[in-house]
Amino acid sequence: MSDAVTVNPCKVCAPLGACVAFRGVEGCVPLIHGSQGCATYIRRYTISHFREPMDIASSSFAESATVFGGSSLFSTGLDNLIRQYKPAAIGVCTSCLSETIGDDVALFLREYVASRKDVALPALIRASTPSYKGTHMDGFHAAVRAILSCIVKAKGATVANQVNLLPGFVSPADLRYFKELLADFGLDGILVPDYSETLDGPSWDEYHRLPEGGTSVERIASSANSAATLQLGRSLRAGGGAWLEQTFGTPCRRLGLPIGLRESDAFCDALSEISGHPLPEIHARERGRLLDSYVDGHKYLFGKRAVVYGEEDLVVGIASLLNEIGINPVLCASGGMDEAFKEQVLAVTGDAQRLFPGEMEVLSDTDYDTIFARAEALKPDLIIGSSKGYKMARKLGVPLVRVGFPIHDRIGGQRQLHVGYRGTQNLFDLICNALMQAKQDTSPIGFMYV
Amino acid sequence: MTTAILEKRRAQVATVKDGKASIACAKPSLSGSVSQRACVFCGSRVVLYPIVDAVHLVHGPAGCAAYTWDIRGTVSSGPELHRLSFTTDLRERDVIFGGAEKLERALRVLIARYTPKAAFVYATCIVGVIGDDVDGVCRKIAVETGIPVLPVRSEGFRGSKKDGYAAACDALAGLIGTLEPAEPVPPYSINILGDFNLAGELWILEEHYRRMGVNILTRITGDGRVDDIRRAHHAKLNVVQCSGSMTTLANHMKETYGVPFKQVSYFGIEDMSAALYDVAAFFGDPVLHEKAAALVRDEVTRLLPLIESYRARLTGRKAVIYVGGAFKTISLIKALRLLGIETVVAGSQTGRPEDYDTIAGLCNPGTIIVDDSNPVELSTFARERGADLFIGGVKERPIAFKMGMAFCDHNHERKLPLAGFEGMKNFAEEVYASLMTPVWGFVRNPRKGGAA
Repeated sequence: MSDAVTVNPCKVCAPLGACVAFRGVEGCVPLIHGSQGCATYIRRYTISHFREPMDIASSSFAESATVFGGSSLFSTGLDNLIRQYKPAAIGVCTSCLSETIGDDVALFLREYVASRKDVALPALIRASTPSYKGTHMDGFHAAVRAILSCIVKAKGATVANQVNLLPGFVSPADLRYFKELLADFGLDGILVPDYSETLDGPSWDEYHRLPEGGTSVERIASSANSAATLQLGRSLRAGGGAWLEQTFGTPCRRLGLPIGLRESDAFCDALSEISGHPLPEIHARERGRLLDSYVDGHKYLFGKRAVVYGEEDLVVGIASLLNEIGINPVLCASGGMDEAFKEQVLAVTGDAQRLFPGEMEVLSDTDYDTIFARAEALKPDLIIGSSKGYKMARKLGVPLVRVGFPIHDRIGGQRQLHVGYRGTQNLFDLICNALMQAKQDTSPIGFMYV
Repeated sequence: MTTAILEKRRAQVATVKDGKASIACAKPSLSGSVSQRACVFCGSRVVLYPIVDAVHLVHGPAGCAAYTWDIRGTVSSGPELHRLSFTTDLRERDVIFGGAEKLERALRVLIARYTPKAAFVYATCIVGVIGDDVDGVCRKIAVETGIPVLPVRSEGFRGSKKDGYAAACDALAGLIGTLEPAEPVPPYSINILGDFNLAGELWILEEHYRRMGVNILTRITGDGRVDDIRRAHHAKLNVVQCSGSMTTLANHMKETYGVPFKQVSYFGIEDMSAALYDVAAFFGDPVLHEKAAALVRDEVTRLLPLIESYRARLTGRKAVIYVGGAFKTISLIKALRLLGIETVVAGSQTGRPEDYDTIAGLCNPGTIIVDDSNPVELSTFARERGADLFIGGVKERPIAFKMGMAFCDHNHERKLPLAGFEGMKNFAEEVYASLMTPVWGFVRNPRKGGAA
């Protein structure tokens, strides 16, 4: 509404993204160097989505630390965390407070390691995540890069069928799908991060201080030996894949989040090329069924107008899918600040622009208040995004298809599948059914065949 | 229990013996312990959040505002400004050059657009560090716009959640006494302090008091209105729940305006009844007392058969209680006992020594009492003491569920009223449903589908 005030932010802060990424390293506990509230708010926000334990430690800043620096609190925090959790790794991220007072966490860590020479320490990962810079996505990507740069020390002989996959902030179900797909191509994938089990685990016999799952420190350490890194997400520039490439020469391929047919094809083509295998039959059939459903459903979809919001890469992916099925993404919005966002949306929506000229709006660095206001004017048939669009959908009387993060008002956000042919099929069915239901519900006749 | 408790936390855990337990509390959280507590900002934000006709502007980066956007079950009978999230969304540039000017502009824009009755400006961590003159900006904008603009000193590192309560009370104190009532205030007028109208709970209490002939002058802060708060000094009595958050304000009003206060709780039959009788006793009018007695009789007569039937099915169950304030822990121990459920672990984030003494006096020998706990401790204690029910908030829920324990959300996000007599009925139903669901039969079965 104004450059001075944000109303209903369409983003959360960087340490949240970092903590989620850290949960994807086996035996890793996140530690936020900041006030106690940062850890608690982030735990609350993520628990309400994943419905899983999310232990995040805090260095619990007090006033004295703010004046004299948080060095001693920091080492006490590490000691206590090691004692209580016996972690394989600790993922340290900073907060707006520790960054503003100028705490040198890199130095703290060096001093800590030096003072505990005779003890076996967990892997210590450090990401700089001031909340006043970027969004939770920037925190996520900073943590991924930090996981690699703090753990990978050397390159050995290249392993031909080993690939690194930096999937971006996707759901645990997406991660499981990626692992299955890579395995079906005969590839040995190193996912950074892999929270497919840690943030969507089974029922337990007794409480586990650290949930099972995640990519082990040892596996990550070998990632320079991979034949390639696949780094997903168009908004990402200097990601972990770029670091591996610059440092060890591991080739990095940058691809969009594989949502929709074209992006999924591009992803599978890359896997095909690296592995030397064609698309495995089971996935080829999934692709075929997806195409078949595109045809079956097209009459319910053509010319419908959608508002899409969320993280840049997710929005670009969804826009790409909508473009394929004849839905006009009249508003694509993100709280992210990437200046290339508009260009990226436009690049994947050529058909929509041709068929529905002059209608598409793309907003970056925006808030929900602005998105609501534009949506009211644009009168969409459908809204696609996190559960934070619920009030807008309710007011406009149109369906909300919940995707991405967070989903705070439904169960199963962690099991929502978005990527690949299978994920696209899921999204396609959700979108199609939402529109069919809206048509049915608003019809005075109430047909049982639609 | 040895490996679960960090050395420096040992004094904050005790086992009840002869109705006593010696426990350390009111300490800063230990670094590296995954405390369930939040920060100063959180304390201020929860207290002031339910004031529905004020703008609540979070001065800082967007995170603190985003995490608190429409998160509570607190409801309004009128305006809903509290359900919006406003932030100055400070960026790197503002951190370097200062955010005061942005704050000024933000306030002007918001006040013009929403015409609120007041504005609260919450200072977050970095505001204290970069040195923005928040007080100065608030004074300037108050003069300019003619509405109260109140700074809330809620920098996260300034202490604990409790210090945030005090900061919120300071802001409220700045409002109270600034407006005179248009009409004479009825003689039996009280303020309700420390009920936040979660799921409309305050309306249930209000109805109870109305039936007794007691008038509620001001609600602080559930379904709160700025002008009512400004006139609150005309009440004859402050009835204070959630003592942890509201004692500062109650003391201030006693000293400044001579309004005495009584501490009450609205959870469970015993405490709810006492809350009504205490108010009747304060006014010393036998008619009030008779009406309160009739009301309690009516409600309890209606409720008891239901409670009896639940008790028959729930007796012998064991519970962990871990909530924010210890006063609530005390009420919950009593309410659970009414349902035949024994509390085997009782704790809070911010209890005072006298609260823990009361808790120890209420609990059976062997009950573990804990202050400012964490998931490792809570899960260990729950297993050691064989608990099958957990009463807590969202952060405790996955601990309970992963361990195969029933759970009841008794925190700010609840959407079901748990206060008053009706609340006791809901509480019993919720506890019963979660304990009796057939899913536990599968989860606890050795041949389960899980990997464990």
